[in-house]
Amino acid sequence: MNSLLNVILTTDFAFSVLRVTTPILFAALGALISNRAGIINIGMEGIMLVSALTGVIVSAYTHSAWVGLLGAALAGTLIAGILAFFTLKFKTHIILGGVAINMFASGGTVFILYLLSGDKGSSTSLASKVLPSVEIPLLKDIPVLGPILSGHHILTYFSIIAVFAVYYLLNRTPLGLRIRSVGENPHAAQSVGVSVIKIQYIALLLSGFFAGLGGAYMSMGYLSLFTRDMVAGRGWIAIAAESMGRSTTAGTALTSLLFGAADALANALQVLKIPAELIGTLPYVATVIGLLVYAVSETRKKNRKLKSPAAK
Amino acid sequence: MQSALLEMRGITKVYPNGVVANQDVQFSLREGEIHAIAGENGAGKSTLMKIMFGMEEPSDGQILIRGEQVKLQSPQDAIDRGIGMVHQHFMLVPSFTVAENMVLGMEPRKGTSFNYAEAVRLTEETARKYNLAVNARAKVEDLTVGMKQKVEILKALLRGAKILILDEPTAVLTPQETEELFHELQQLKTQGHTIVFISHKLKEVKAICDRITILRGGRSEGVFDMSDVSEQEISRLMVGRDVVLKYDKERLSAGEAVLSVDRLNVQDSLGKALLSDISFAVQAGQIVGIAGVEGNGQTELIHALTGGLSGVLSSGAVQVAGRDILAADILAIRGLGVSYIPEDRMRQGSAGDASIADNLISIRYRSKELNQGPLLNGKKIAKLAAALVEEFKVRCSGPRQPIGMLSGGNMQKVVVARECSTGPQLLIAEQPTRGVDIGAAQFIHQKLLELRGNGCATVLVSADLNEILELSDRLLVMYEGQIVACFEEPSKVSEEELGLYMLGIKRQDNLPTGRAAEHV
Repeated sequence: MNSLLNVILTTDFAFSVLRVTTPILFAALGALISNRAGIINIGMEGIMLVSALTGVIVSAYTHSAWVGLLGAALAGTLIAGILAFFTLKFKTHIILGGVAINMFASGGTVFILYLLSGDKGSSTSLASKVLPSVEIPLLKDIPVLGPILSGHHILTYFSIIAVFAVYYLLNRTPLGLRIRSVGENPHAAQSVGVSVIKIQYIALLLSGFFAGLGGAYMSMGYLSLFTRDMVAGRGWIAIAAESMGRSTTAGTALTSLLFGAADALANALQVLKIPAELIGTLPYVATVIGLLVYAVSETRKKNRKLKSPAAK
Repeated sequence: MQSALLEMRGITKVYPNGVVANQDVQFSLREGEIHAIAGENGAGKSTLMKIMFGMEEPSDGQILIRGEQVKLQSPQDAIDRGIGMVHQHFMLVPSFTVAENMVLGMEPRKGTSFNYAEAVRLTEETARKYNLAVNARAKVEDLTVGMKQKVEILKALLRGAKILILDEPTAVLTPQETEELFHELQQLKTQGHTIVFISHKLKEVKAICDRITILRGGRSEGVFDMSDVSEQEISRLMVGRDVVLKYDKERLSAGEAVLSVDRLNVQDSLGKALLSDISFAVQAGQIVGIAGVEGNGQTELIHALTGGLSGVLSSGAVQVAGRDILAADILAIRGLGVSYIPEDRMRQGSAGDASIADNLISIRYRSKELNQGPLLNGKKIAKLAAALVEEFKVRCSGPRQPIGMLSGGNMQKVVVARECSTGPQLLIAEQPTRGVDIGAAQFIHQKLLELRGNGCATVLVSADLNEILELSDRLLVMYEGQIVACFEEPSKVSEEELGLYMLGIKRQDNLPTGRAAEHV
């Protein structure tokens, strides 16, 4: 137990929580936008994977990490665009489309990787670039807080800025108002001339964009290369985080952090003599418990609501 | 002669499934009037209004605004031409504030931001201008129904509506809220607005409207100045019979009571009475008709009889063959020999993608004859389905065809075949021939009479007076959740007289409340 506390109560651990939260947070923000528009994008996992590979390939061929990032974000947006096209234009079921994207990404990325590098496991032979980490002046000199908050990867800072940007978008702009109205009562939106399909297109594209940033972080920050299936369920955890965060921006950010902490704990515990396989299940166990807590509280809330008119 | 603000000429609407909702309807609206469109359910009111608001395009006919012919292809087209609509089911986003709902789709901006302060100001300004007080910052989900309706009206006004269409606006209001609404509508009228008021409640129409257009069976029965027609005349025009059906049926001696309903009282969750003191009995070999304008408790009564009680039971009992069924589940009720032809054949009566055969066995797939060990017996099912398709003259390519591909009349025949072929003791038939062509309707009527001859007790709820007057052995009329009249010889009742009861103008005195007791 002591050794456990020794692991957790360190600035290193707190630092690593933020580090592993980043991809989950990006994808969760993407899921948040599409969910608020009433359309569930379960292709997050696949989109992240495609973007991770695209970032590596583009940066390797252009010799620029920033162009690689751009490529990753565009790839994410494009895949989401394909999903949107089939779902909104041809009325394919969104779940079916999402599953297709996930399966396509899992196999397709390995295929492309093999074509370009001759390796089916990782992109070691590609000279891909990595985005920089940033030391924040002044902040870095503060004891405890400095080592935790400074020196992170640039995309980690982006993800924190993205939380505020998404909050602003959803709650303070006309587009956000329309996204929320379409998600809550599409008939009402339509009756005042808001195009439901157009809004859902925009929301899906934005979800793909954010998943793309999450994917880029995986291969150009978290690791410095692409490995097969490297997203490892983070897209799914992000969807769970959004749902557990009750589709609010703050809730989504906080639950993403919670899942990040579980992930970081799993990493940290590997130094102890606990089987790695067991530790590896931690984030997923946290997901299940989290969803359970959420479901119970939702049911209670609903029951209260049902009772309240009689009480009036 | 005042020129018309909006005119609809020869409007015909045929839906893809062949239902003719409007046929050569004429409608003309004068500036500054309150104009009622009245008619029974299924008379074509909602279709006409949807066409007026650009939600449906007419199959034939013209729409003119101030003499100029227009095409309304979407609600936005209608809004752009100054037509606003207050839907019966509110088009509001519950978690938004009143101001947010007001400006949705035309949000004021400040830079890239949504200018909420301006939205509030616009809302308050509109509310003041039309003297409709609302709290701009309140969340819509916390508002009363009457308030929500006000927001809907303001929404239309903010978008520049000069013509307001209100679809059964009082259906959801309390009497006090209705009073208030009428006052507001009068005010809007004096400010130069024109109002189309869709309703089947005669008292209200009489109270507030200047003119009335009456629809029946998809056709317009004419337009009248309110001062020139009496309630009796309107009711006659609304519910008159079109074609007189005649069936020979011998008077059967009353058998034992199969269904008995005893002082049934049901309330909704807010304590409003849905059914008050309903008592009646149906004997074997008897068809009891229930007439009434839709929304006067028939649906709730049917729910109580078929195991899906809507609302809260406060007292009373429903028995089938002496067994209490109010707490029983549907399987148990069906086990007592109860069959049910639901009103909505698409949603409740059938599974659209499943085959005719599957639909036919859906209430009896558990029976021994159709099973072989753990599996269904395909041969027997096919034989049964083929026989029923033949007997009920269902026009289809075969029993394996998905039921959703059939026309309305044939689909209904499948539903009727299913419910009538199990030898029911009690049949609950809800609008069994709605939207069905006359041939299929007569066929279904024959089947109902055949069952009656075999000793089946039947409850027939129908908006088709023709059907209900001709088939019933006894006729009950419902109004506002109560039975207000009972006729022992329905075929001798005139539709004028029936209309007076249906619309609440008359009611029979000394109706024995304990009817069930009398007949048991």
